[in-house]
Amino acid sequence: MPALIDSLIIILLALGSLFSLLAALGILVMPDVYGRMQAASKAVTFGTTSIVLAAALHFQEADIVARCLLVCVFLFVTIPVASHLVARAAYRAREPLAPETSVDELAEHTKDAP
Amino acid sequence: MTVLLLNLTLMALWVASTGVFTYANSALGFLVGFVVLWWLQTLLGPTAYFRKLPLALWFSALFLWEVLKSNLRVAWDVVTPNRLREPGIVAVPLDAESDAEIAVLANLITLTPGSLCLDVSEDRRTLYVHAMFAREPDQVRREIKQRFERWVLVLLR
Repeated sequence: MPALIDSLIIILLALGSLFSLLAALGILVMPDVYGRMQAASKAVTFGTTSIVLAAALHFQEADIVARCLLVCVFLFVTIPVASHLVARAAYRAREPLAPETSVDELAEHTKDAP
Repeated sequence: MTVLLLNLTLMALWVASTGVFTYANSALGFLVGFVVLWWLQTLLGPTAYFRKLPLALWFSALFLWEVLKSNLRVAWDVVTPNRLREPGIVAVPLDAESDAEIAVLANLITLTPGSLCLDVSEDRRTLYVHAMFAREPDQVRREIKQRFERWVLVLLR
C-alpha cells in the first residue's frame, strides 16, 4: 500500500511539473494574447492541482488534506473566470488576433473588434 | 442539494464514530450514507439525487479524459515545430438559460485546453469561444454542445 501511494505521488508530481513546463513553453510559442491565455490558464490549473494533490497524498493529515482540497476548489473556480476576463478585456481593447486566425464570428456582433 | 448535504453529514458521522480518518474510510462512509438514504428515499420526497450523483461522477471522469486528450493535442502543437493550429473565434448558440448553467458551461470550456471562453452576447443566446483548432467551426460547435452543454443541462436541471 505505501508503495502504491508513493508511485501515485511520483506520477502526480511528474504530471504537475510537465504541465507547468508546457505552460511556460506555450507562453513563449503562442503568437497572440488569446493563445497565451490558453496556455497560461489550463496548464497551470492542472499542474498546480496535481502537485497539491500529491502533497495531500503524502501527508495524509486531516488539516493538510482539507487545505489542499480547498486550494484545488479555489483554483478550479477562479482561474477560468480570471482568464475569461483577461481575454475579454484584451478583445475589447482591440488587441490584435494572430495573423493565422481563421474565423472571427464575434467581430460581426460587436463594435470594438480588433 | 440538501440530500448531498445529508449524505456528507452521514459520512462525517461515520468517520467520527469509527475514528479512522483516512480517504478509504471516508469513501466507505459516503457509500454507506448513500445506501441508507437510498433505502429511506420515500421519506425525502421527490429528489433526482440518486440519478444525478452517478451521472455527475461519470461526467467528471469523461471531463478529465477530455482534458487529458486536448492537453496532449495542445502540447504536441507547442513542442513540435509544425503548426497544426488554426485559431479562431467561434459563436456557439446556447441552450443553457440560467446564469448558473451559462457560468458552469463557460468555466468547463475555459478549463479544457484549446478552448477559451471570450464573451457572452447581450441577449445571452450565444457564447463566443476562442478555439485553438478552428479549421471547421461547425465541428467545434458540435463538440462543445455534445460534450459539455448536454451534460451541464442534464446535471443542473
